[in-house]
Amino acid sequence: MSLIEEIDYGTPRSKSETMVTLTIDGNQVTVPEGTSIMRAAMDAGHQIPKLCATDMVDAFGSCRLCVVEIEGRAGTPASCTTPVMPGLVVHTQSQRLKKLRKGVMELYISDHPLDCLTCGANGDCELQDMAGAVGLRDVRYGYEGENHVFAKSHGEINAAWMPKDESNPYFTYDPSKCIVCSRCVRACEEVQGTFALTISGRGFDSRVSPGMSESFLGSECVSCGACVQACPTATLTEKSVIEIGQPEHSVVTTCAYCGVGCTFKAEMRGEEVVRMVPYKDGKANRGHSCVKGRFAWGYTNHKERILNPMIRERIEDPWREVSWDEAFSFAAARMRGIQTKYGRDAIGGITSSRCTNEETYLVQKLIRAGFGNNNVDTCARVCHSPTGYGLSVTFGTSAGTQDFDSVENTDVAMIIGANPASAHPVFASRLKKRLRQGARLIVIDPRRTEMVESPHVKALHLPLMPGTNVAVVTALAHVIVTEGLANEAFVRERCDWAEFEEWAAFVAQPKHSPEATAILTGVDPKTLREAARIYATGGNGAIYYGLGVTEHSQGSTTVIAIANLAMATGNIGRPGVGVNPLRGQNNVQGSCDMGSFPHELPGYRHISGDAVRDQFEALWNVKLNPEPGLRIPNMFDAAIEGTFMGLYVQGEDILQSDPNTKHVVAALSAMECVIVHDLFLNETANYAHVFLPGSSFLEKDGTFTNAERRIQRVRKVMSPKNGMADWEVTIALAKAMGFEMNYSHPSEIMDEIAALTPTFAGVSYAKLDELGSVQWPCNEKAPEGTPVMHIGGFVRGKGKFVVTEYVATDERTGPRFPLLLTTGRILSQYNVGAQTRRTENVVWHAEDRLEIHPHDAEQRGVRDGDWVRLQSRAGETTLRAELTDRVAPGVVYTTFHHPDTQANVITTEYSDWATNCPEYKVTAVQISPSNGPSDWQKSYDEQARHSRRIAPAEAAE
Amino acid sequence: MSSPDRLVYMANQIGTFFRSQGHDKAVPGIADHIKKFWDPRMKRAIFAHLDAGGAGLEPHVLEALTSLKQARPTEIG
Repeated sequence: MSLIEEIDYGTPRSKSETMVTLTIDGNQVTVPEGTSIMRAAMDAGHQIPKLCATDMVDAFGSCRLCVVEIEGRAGTPASCTTPVMPGLVVHTQSQRLKKLRKGVMELYISDHPLDCLTCGANGDCELQDMAGAVGLRDVRYGYEGENHVFAKSHGEINAAWMPKDESNPYFTYDPSKCIVCSRCVRACEEVQGTFALTISGRGFDSRVSPGMSESFLGSECVSCGACVQACPTATLTEKSVIEIGQPEHSVVTTCAYCGVGCTFKAEMRGEEVVRMVPYKDGKANRGHSCVKGRFAWGYTNHKERILNPMIRERIEDPWREVSWDEAFSFAAARMRGIQTKYGRDAIGGITSSRCTNEETYLVQKLIRAGFGNNNVDTCARVCHSPTGYGLSVTFGTSAGTQDFDSVENTDVAMIIGANPASAHPVFASRLKKRLRQGARLIVIDPRRTEMVESPHVKALHLPLMPGTNVAVVTALAHVIVTEGLANEAFVRERCDWAEFEEWAAFVAQPKHSPEATAILTGVDPKTLREAARIYATGGNGAIYYGLGVTEHSQGSTTVIAIANLAMATGNIGRPGVGVNPLRGQNNVQGSCDMGSFPHELPGYRHISGDAVRDQFEALWNVKLNPEPGLRIPNMFDAAIEGTFMGLYVQGEDILQSDPNTKHVVAALSAMECVIVHDLFLNETANYAHVFLPGSSFLEKDGTFTNAERRIQRVRKVMSPKNGMADWEVTIALAKAMGFEMNYSHPSEIMDEIAALTPTFAGVSYAKLDELGSVQWPCNEKAPEGTPVMHIGGFVRGKGKFVVTEYVATDERTGPRFPLLLTTGRILSQYNVGAQTRRTENVVWHAEDRLEIHPHDAEQRGVRDGDWVRLQSRAGETTLRAELTDRVAPGVVYTTFHHPDTQANVITTEYSDWATNCPEYKVTAVQISPSNGPSDWQKSYDEQARHSRRIAPAEAAE
Repeated sequence: MSSPDRLVYMANQIGTFFRSQGHDKAVPGIADHIKKFWDPRMKRAIFAHLDAGGAGLEPHVLEALTSLKQARPTEIG
């Protein structure tokens, strides 16, 4: 194993299909039209010296190191900015070029420190490499003159010198090492799209400047790391590299945060991670990253991580550390005991969207085959279960239709109930890049999110009242149908025409017009009509949506309404279009694919199907229960009722993440055995009897499936700190319960999945190693996977239109609770924060705040930063207010990353009609000034502290 | 909200979605949905509620549950 070196071609790849042949250093080279001479030379294996060029950004032509000679042309053009032409004869090395380059390098080095041996970039410095490449042996100018290098010159303070900026927790900015190549500035603009950096001043005064000469932390910088990656010197360097040194080997793996599924190189020294670097060949991220995946992996060795199994008789007792064997036999005896006492169906489990496909598959197998019931569910229940239902009804598959590359062909993007800039940042960057090229954007969201307005991006914003998605999307359909904008040819060919006509007649009713629904939705009818026209007629229209769509009483209905809209306009079945759910967690798609829902076996096949069950029964050698099991909210209800008493939870914190915390507490308290399998003593563990320590994504092999159905390898880069990978823990627990599962490696689990699941038939670790990743369906018909679905026809046959009537949620505002609370994420934190709160990311978001419009705040006597009491029908909590007009009057907003905020004490048990996905996004609340934590917060905190006690080893009797 | 109130509420919510599709599609639609997604104890509880008069159930839902119960009396008993 060695360090994976990626070739830097100097300039981006040209997409042209016209090929051009030229001669470089005597070799014939054929490359796409539009390719730079620099890139063509690299293609031929000739590396032209360069400093300001890198293939993640467009050519700039400032360093003049990459000069070449072209026969018949005067001068020495820069090879990065000169495109290839047929028949050119190029020389990359000559006496003249050597002299020029040496002169350029000599000037650079005359204003650069010579502390190479103690420099953080030592061994990974392009400036050092280029000095070597051009044969620089001497700097004739000396170091006495004006410079940026020394704090003092001639005994005086050197005004041109600037100290290191160490404000960012993950990287440093050392201006004394900067060569002002502006690669960082361009990476921030072109790759990330934040435009946080600029070059201030001119000539010798030129400096890289975050914001208006602010610190990195104080500027608009989102800490994505693109600038650090682009920097050819030690100017921008990861603090971990400065501390540890250069990595010696690297392993390609997949990020364990959001559903984008970025590919990273874990750069290692022994079993220590030095840094995570986004991988250019990663097909989801194409070499880009965000602050979470790039930097926030420190939780994997956080001091609060639990590494030993623990058990206790009652949740009031302190934890007792025990051997794995004792923990397994304790857990098995309890679970089997519950089944003896209350019946076979009295236990169940929850799979994790953070764990691998293989681990998820094993947990559902343990439950269906080992427990003998179908009480298995997953955290997708509380996020994207309506996506599964809605897209399966209309299109025939429970998944997004496109790959992320598709966005490069999109002309109109419509984002509904999602904030990719915060929750799916790498996708947001890719989308913004397309928007800067001229594509248009429509944002349907109660809040003016970061997507609505960002540098060079201005969206058409439809700020709707929370809970009125169906009315708005149906109104869009109304405009499309009544203004004759539907794509009739597409619908006639691909969809059921009679169903379309029925649907069209339904949406065309005057009561669904934008004007008639405006009173409910709060959306200006003119803006809505404009949005409908742009989406229907603006070229390739793609819909991206998130939990703002699904987490409602009518979540499934909105998904169906979105699918209707895409079919009616013909925006399905080719690159650039489609319906794309943005999945919250890294493996939401995978956990759903792997049969985590109580009614479905892997591959979305209903448990009542005899033929499907026969297949699994034959291979698993057990009899399966044909009845669907309990979904998570049903489990809670059944626990309180006394018929569901044991739960195995892998990698999910249901207590913090599920709605109506008090109800969840009551349910967990009623159970006789709760097994939590996690990295940390999470909130759920406060009510657990068995704690099985988990392993991080760095410590195990497996696969994740991202939002674009892409199956990617997760590779082990270090031994599990807890001693066992999660899949091994599940196998051992199953064995203790008398159910044997024999696998020596996760690849064998994938082979079983492939054998049993038609859409995965062609998937194997060998194929993933060969191709990097594949998108399911991957089988005989599509051996290399399926980037875009429904080409030429829908999976279900004819696309199905379903009428979508708007029904107001029962969660209504009134005199007691006049405001609507909606929730969301912030960039630096992830979900319940179990991981990100245990990293330096807390510098950006140390607490959840309540966003409230100044008008609503003034009425209640609330000032910015004040503690406020947030109260709903379900409960109350306190947090600090932030006054902003990002939310409309009548709407308040908070994030849910911190357990002490307890946002879910407020949310109610209302849920989606089809899937019981909780209605997180609409809660009627009241706000009033407060002095501090609520009684509930205090008693919760006390219970949590009490429950987390671990008895000293010798105290065990 | 506790059983059977909660189940009645959930069943009626399903009924509401299918309402706009008209009686002939709604009744089998509701029945199929409950058959596919409800665990046996939930079905048992709602059938018991049905036997007790089915208070609170919307007409389409009542009809759907009645047909579902008749079709599968033993499997979930």
